Amino acid sequence: MLIGLDLPESVQNHLMHMGFVPDALVTVLRRAPAGDPTVYGVDGMEIALRRETAAAMQVRAPESADQDAPEVIEAAR
Amino acid sequence: MSACCTTPEFKPPTEPAPPGALRTVVLIGPPNSGKSTLFNRLTGLRQKVANFPGVTVEQRMGLMAGVGRPDLTLIDLPGIYSLDPFSEDARVSIDVLRGEMPGTPKPDAVLLVMDSLHLTRQLMLAAPVLALGLPTLVLLNMTDLMEARGGKIDALKLARELGAPVAQISAVKGAGLDAIPLFLNQQTDRAAAKPLTLPVVGNAASAHSWAAQISRRTGYRAPLSVEGTRKIDNVLLHRFWGPLLFLAVVVGVFEVVFSIGQPLSDGFGAILADIGNLVRPLLPAGWVQSLLLDGAWKGISSVLVFLPQILLLFLFIGILEDSGYLSRAALIADRVMRTIGLNGKAFIPLLSAYACAVPAIMATRTIENKRDRLATILVTPFMTCSARLPVYMLLIAAFIPNTTYLHGIIGLQTLTMLGLYLAGFVGAMTTAWLLKSSILRSSDAPFILELPQYRMPTLRSLGLRVIDRGRVFLRQAGTIILCVTLALWVLAHLPVIHSAGGTVSAPELANSLIGRLGHFIEPAIAPLGFNWKIGIGLLSSVLAREVMVSTMGTLYGAEADTHALSLQTALHQDMTLGGALALMIFFAFAMQCTSTMAVVRRETNSWKWPAVQFLYMLTLAWLAAFAVNHLAILFLG
Repeated sequence: MLIGLDLPESVQNHLMHMGFVPDALVTVLRRAPAGDPTVYGVDGMEIALRRETAAAMQVRAPESADQDAPEVIEAAR
Repeated sequence: MSACCTTPEFKPPTEPAPPGALRTVVLIGPPNSGKSTLFNRLTGLRQKVANFPGVTVEQRMGLMAGVGRPDLTLIDLPGIYSLDPFSEDARVSIDVLRGEMPGTPKPDAVLLVMDSLHLTRQLMLAAPVLALGLPTLVLLNMTDLMEARGGKIDALKLARELGAPVAQISAVKGAGLDAIPLFLNQQTDRAAAKPLTLPVVGNAASAHSWAAQISRRTGYRAPLSVEGTRKIDNVLLHRFWGPLLFLAVVVGVFEVVFSIGQPLSDGFGAILADIGNLVRPLLPAGWVQSLLLDGAWKGISSVLVFLPQILLLFLFIGILEDSGYLSRAALIADRVMRTIGLNGKAFIPLLSAYACAVPAIMATRTIENKRDRLATILVTPFMTCSARLPVYMLLIAAFIPNTTYLHGIIGLQTLTMLGLYLAGFVGAMTTAWLLKSSILRSSDAPFILELPQYRMPTLRSLGLRVIDRGRVFLRQAGTIILCVTLALWVLAHLPVIHSAGGTVSAPELANSLIGRLGHFIEPAIAPLGFNWKIGIGLLSSVLAREVMVSTMGTLYGAEADTHALSLQTALHQDMTLGGALALMIFFAFAMQCTSTMAVVRRETNSWKWPAVQFLYMLTLAWLAAFAVNHLAILFLG
């Protein structure tokens, strides 16, 4: 679950329009063959971000540690 | 809504629209909403691609013949997530929608396309578009897929919430498109746009919550995410198999282009030669016949021969792009690109530059960081484009023996070709690294890449792409190459010699105007192992690389000694192996393409960068050719 973003204004806006808004559920889907970037699932879309961009997002575990959800984002620090 | 079999050839509406009521319609939607497919559906072949004046945003326009309204112009706006004026694409869209874009007519109606598989997010664009107050039809694309995967939407409710008509369509199948002419016909008797009733949406967060509310109220249920794409990616993005398959794809494309394209090209060449021979008896012998057949036709057909291979290459790049694989390639390449200071997105233009640098340079627009984009533009012409193929293939066929290794698996000719591709790639990477660690240094730009779902490329869009490139190639052959070969033929036959008997004859090639020009530049290129005839070829190929081949065809065709020989044999007699290798490496590095220079000027908005690029590449080409020629003399004798 996304809490907030801490990135330059234009980047942040772009990411929010792609679905990275507060309270959105973000899941880690896979890592690129070289280990970075990582593909995240948000709002039914797959978006790849590099480690340093993902690290600027604050997240918390969703209340209901639900079903067989993939490892919830640990924001790849 | 019927999910199938609505043909794109919709019957024209029975009542003609009152004259002057509707003229221009714009198409807008987020990236990957199926906008391009719909645009192709609505316009068919009647479209043209240009740039919006003064900016680097692509403008596609077409007549809406596909839905029986050829009287209407459809403008395709760039795929955008928001009307946030931070990005150039969005700024252009706002200007066009408001009728403030110079040279572009004010739109009378708007078609807003949204991917119904991800409707909540896509609705974020609806608010600012609808708030402009233009008559708007909302098109929910891919509804057939959504329903098949258990998704749901109440379109009537959505129409009520948005205050705009909503139609469910499938652009790929052409279903539901009849709603578009119906909507357009209604607009003609509507006096003014409805007053806007939507909340004015400010930032991204409030836009998102508005969109979420709407989709909740209209009973939208997102379809189950497709397992197909994930499963394919489990393989294609696998830690080990991913990069390997990626290499296999690239090598496979070239293998097919050469192994299937070569016989096609040979057959096509034979047909072209036959046409020349058929026409020959019909023309009076003498200079007219010589000008038309030995000058123009020989020159043009020496380039036309490569049409099948070039179209094949464009077909494969099109399949990779339309299927969604290119974004995976960008993901795989990001790590490598990062070490030279660029990001994975720069990889997509570099890969498509294997076909042609011009569309590749336009594709750099997806790179957000300005310095990264400039660096990518500057290195793109190093990638081995299809125009180099004719030159390489001619020289390889003439000079490299057809020996094979490893029981015939790898041939020396293939290895030479691969080496030339590699040389271009290394040139691009090294130059990018130099640029990014000096004048274009920048902090790491964020890398944000959307991975679309895999789609089966449609024959229609692939066909359009290939036809479009074929047209460009033929236009080039019909204009630049025709003019150059005709001019060369004339220059090779002047000044005329008046002999004692009063007859007029052409001079020896070496004494002709073009021969003197060639001799003039010979000192500069002699160290590379090139003679004056190659010099003429190099001069003419500044226009476009493939002109080299037609020039050589015309020159050797004009000379008595070599007139009857094939171009390969004539070249073989006239050059050393070192010179030929040097010539190949020269073509690998030099920027001989006026179209590329023009597009770089347009995209960078100054003559400075194309000039810098031209001189840098020319210097590099000269030095590399010099080195190759002298190494060849040392080691190959």
